[in-house]
Amino acid sequence: MPDISRRNTLACMAFGGAGTLFALSGGVLSSIDLVFAADNRDAAARLGTPFFVQISDTHIGFAKDANPDVKGSLAKSVELINGLPMQPDFIIHTGDISHLSRPAEFDTAQQLLSGLKSSELHTVPGEHDVADANQSEYFQRFGGASNNRGYYSFDHRGVHLIALINVMNFKPAGLGILGEEQLKWLEDDLSAHSSSTPIVVFAHMPLWSIYEPWGWGTGDADRGMALLRRFGSVTVLNGHIHQIVRKIEGNITFHTARSTAYPQPAPGIGPGPGPLTVPSAQLASMLGITSVSIMRDQTAAKLSDVTLI
Amino acid sequence: MTFGFAQFARGATTVAALLIASQLQVHAQQSSVVSIKNFDFAPMTLTVKAGTAVTWKNFDGEPHTVTSLDGLFRSGALDTDETYTFRFDRQGIYKYVCSIHPRMTAMIIVK
Repeated sequence: MPDISRRNTLACMAFGGAGTLFALSGGVLSSIDLVFAADNRDAAARLGTPFFVQISDTHIGFAKDANPDVKGSLAKSVELINGLPMQPDFIIHTGDISHLSRPAEFDTAQQLLSGLKSSELHTVPGEHDVADANQSEYFQRFGGASNNRGYYSFDHRGVHLIALINVMNFKPAGLGILGEEQLKWLEDDLSAHSSSTPIVVFAHMPLWSIYEPWGWGTGDADRGMALLRRFGSVTVLNGHIHQIVRKIEGNITFHTARSTAYPQPAPGIGPGPGPLTVPSAQLASMLGITSVSIMRDQTAAKLSDVTLI
Repeated sequence: MTFGFAQFARGATTVAALLIASQLQVHAQQSSVVSIKNFDFAPMTLTVKAGTAVTWKNFDGEPHTVTSLDGLFRSGALDTDETYTFRFDRQGIYKYVCSIHPRMTAMIIVK
């Protein structure tokens, strides 16, 4: 194991299609989109030691034209991660695990995810995971990490990771919401960490406004970001919009992951943010996961793509 | 035994009375449908009489929910072609959203 400190690098690799692997290099995020094409696996191999992999928007239960086999594409994603030369320390799932919050959907998702060689899984719910009338199914299965609050934090290899929930208590016509209680908790949680601590924040809905008419943003995210601004390296990972969008603002890098299930239209194209049906030959190139790895002596951002085909 | 039978008979009478009452009530009720289509509730404002059962049907490929802001009714996720029905017994204005797409807002006015 090479000598890895936070002064060195955290690498994130992006599998476009199959996922995204991110790299934080000397505090700077680099990402490589990987799709599932076999000839791109070399790109993943060159990234060094995987840190963690982000899976998002698996939508188990979905079975329409946009992807009649979401189980198959999740299985393929699991296979791709398991095929990495070195296994990530853990996996994060940024929500919409299920499509309709139904027990059988969660069962299937958990069964498929249990096939990951890397067995540590950290989750946040998407709005599709809390769409059951009692909003209880997700929490029964995944609520333990957060005492059923939905938000929690943990440390790994000198990096502080924060899971936030922004898919409940929506206001009408509104965006995602963090809420007072969670923002207060975030402030307390961050106060214990020095500004040199690399921070990774993950939540389902984007923590920045991508397209408000479709609710692609979080109404009070700015207040959370204000708390993060003093840190030298902040990486914000989201899902929800089923396509990669990136933004860098000061020391904060925002990144949304592809879905493993189906693509969605570009912002504002069509009546709403529903499934986008593309020719089947094209589908795999629009599905993906995101993986984060730790790299040494990496100072420049790297970007490349690998897909599910 | 006799006591048991008498009780049963009384019960049966009550049941029959309730059945008649509920049938009358059914005749008095209206039903109304709200379509969920292209990420909108249609109509966005529906006015009904107290006692009306409102049924929502989702015509979109994307799931939606019918979720009242005051917590009175929550459909859970409705997939394509699925329906949800709730009977409004009291007058009032009931605002609701789709909890998956909260920009979708609408209301039921019960008079």
